[in-house]
Amino acid sequence: MASLLLRSLARTSRTTASSRLLRRNISASTIVKAEPTPTDTATKNVFDYHTVEDLHGMSAQEILSDPEGRKDSKMRHFTVNFGPQHPAAHGVLRMILELNGEEILRADPHIGLLHRGTEKLIEYKNYIQALPYFDRLDYVSMMTNELSYSLAVEKLLNIQVPDRAAWIRTLFGEITRILNHLMAVLTHVMDVGGLTPFLWGFEEREKLMEFYERVSGARLHAAYVRPGGVAFDLPHGLLDDIFKWATQFSSRIDEIEEVVSGNRIWKERTIGVGVVTAKQALDYSFSGVMLRGSGVKWDLRKTSPYDKYAEVRGDSKLLQASTNPPQVEFDIPVGKNGDCYDRYLCRVQEMRESLHIISQCLNKMPTGVIKVDDHKLVPPPRAMMKESMESLIHHFKIFSEGYSVPAGETYTAIEAPKGEMAVYLVSDGTNRPYRCSIRAPGFAHLAGSDFMMRSTWPLRVRF
Amino acid sequence: MSFARPRVFLGLQPRLLVIPRHNSVRSAILAHRLLSTSTRALAQHAQGPATTDSHDGLHSALSGDRPHRHSSPAPKYDSHGNELNPYQDGPTSLDKAVHLFFFTEILRGMWIVLENFFRPPYTIMYPFEKGPLSPRFRGEHALRRYPSGEERCIGMSLLYYIYASVHAITIESEARLDGSRKTTKYDIDMTKCIYCGFCQEACPVDAIVETQNQEFSTETREELLYNKEKLLANGDRAEAEIAANLHCAFFVTALLGVKLTGLYS
Repeated sequence: MASLLLRSLARTSRTTASSRLLRRNISASTIVKAEPTPTDTATKNVFDYHTVEDLHGMSAQEILSDPEGRKDSKMRHFTVNFGPQHPAAHGVLRMILELNGEEILRADPHIGLLHRGTEKLIEYKNYIQALPYFDRLDYVSMMTNELSYSLAVEKLLNIQVPDRAAWIRTLFGEITRILNHLMAVLTHVMDVGGLTPFLWGFEEREKLMEFYERVSGARLHAAYVRPGGVAFDLPHGLLDDIFKWATQFSSRIDEIEEVVSGNRIWKERTIGVGVVTAKQALDYSFSGVMLRGSGVKWDLRKTSPYDKYAEVRGDSKLLQASTNPPQVEFDIPVGKNGDCYDRYLCRVQEMRESLHIISQCLNKMPTGVIKVDDHKLVPPPRAMMKESMESLIHHFKIFSEGYSVPAGETYTAIEAPKGEMAVYLVSDGTNRPYRCSIRAPGFAHLAGSDFMMRSTWPLRVRF
Repeated sequence: MSFARPRVFLGLQPRLLVIPRHNSVRSAILAHRLLSTSTRALAQHAQGPATTDSHDGLHSALSGDRPHRHSSPAPKYDSHGNELNPYQDGPTSLDKAVHLFFFTEILRGMWIVLENFFRPPYTIMYPFEKGPLSPRFRGEHALRRYPSGEERCIGMSLLYYIYASVHAITIESEARLDGSRKTTKYDIDMTKCIYCGFCQEACPVDAIVETQNQEFSTETREELLYNKEKLLANGDRAEAEIAANLHCAFFVTALLGVKLTGLYS
């Protein structure tokens, strides 16, 4: 009891000699013991400081002295630096969150931690060398990135890839979409608390990346889709294995949906969260699932088809005028409420549609070449290069200076899993791009993070 | 807050007895102030237009109760104008109650989890078991030799000029006495390499290849700066495998593709 009294005596704000003597027993740090100079207390207010961390340098007297009186005292919003390396965040996005208690009042995404200067690097590479950089832009949808670049270069070169190459691209584009959506949906589920479906999904991802590896030699950074076709032909037996995988995958989706979709915890955490109205989505130039989840029917595979998505549009006039029969049939799921749950349902349904497209690709895969036959643009086959002098010269020319692309510019967009992935390519007629601007879907979506996150909790900052 | 807590006992403390009179008023005010600053009730946030000093117009939008998203449905009428039960097509309240109280959807989910528990695991015991690798796999680099033991690489600097997308390869070469051109320096910076595989595509004599080996991690960065000896040793170690893979990955498929289209016949 006596010691308690002594300690409370020591902690008072009195500055008599006895209390100072006693205080020495309590705090060892010199900062706290330092006597505040009168000028300090007069000029510094607690609320001049930005964060609580700054208060560590001040003594109790300084913090509690309130020279301006009671009327000015009020609580500030707490500002949290969320990321770039936050254990609850997956990427390396830095966000400054302004919190009122646990409620987010403002979210300010700071992009650029992972700025790698890809666009500038590409200006110093020739057209073939620039390709591997696109794998690394979004490393969960590799081949669609390559595809957008390849289509841009092909448009400038004014070439059309052979049928088989286009089918392979479509096939692997959809495999990429499934890879991406599995990652998106299941890490989201994992963050909400369901680890198990995540592990099932990664098993499937593993199989898909094995297909990647068999066809291109790399599980992630494939460098497979090239301007003028694809790099290698499909190895024997790959289509059989993709078929075997595809027959069982739909039941994997069913299982995931059974566990996740109806779950009340999942619904509680996603319904009504991150609502994007159709107008907001259009204003912020959202694309992909972020747009379709809000009810806007927009998919570049339908509206401006590329490769083998070319399908006749809905109106009957075009249907009759078109000579090409629809190559691939699929539907576009569209959400209604624009919240996280709708987007989740869209992604799951898109996986099913992708599966549908994959089976059509497997059935319709033609034989033939996989690159254009202009050996000034694509290297000749190795067997040919070893025997024919002309091919060897082509080989040398391509691998030493590449090819020159006619001057011009193009904006070529595809429907990547995350949205509209586009390359704006300007050529000045040399063998290097004059400018390559990349429109990545996530950039526009990040701009919307402020209005989506307002009046929610940091717990929910995800997707 | 933590600073204020001990001061709650201010009134009980015996030291008040020894405080001189001119100090007691001040400490009483202090005591009051310390007590009240710790409550959040004094927090003034800008609540819309009512308060004049707002923090950048930010205001709380959370309501105390949970937002109830589903408002009652619009009333339905039949052809005679009688009001119908709008819920008649949906689940009954009994169904909903059973669902709510018996956790049906969670139990169904748990059943799936249980099913998966009895399936064979997909796990690979990694250092002892390994996943399959395709012949096209792009791993550690190697320099190959001809069966006679002569190096394949003729040091034409094709790689140096262009390939390896990130310029991880440095080559210097000179002519030998017998007239053949060979490299004197062949360095690959494995930390810069992005394993795009363009080097083996560019090499016309199949000298540089990317092997199946992916387990070449080291403890220091310097060990990853490969020189010619290291690359040739890699090639010597795995020559049979490399030759088989090259044949399988490029020749077979390439020839097949050519044959199908009649380009090569």
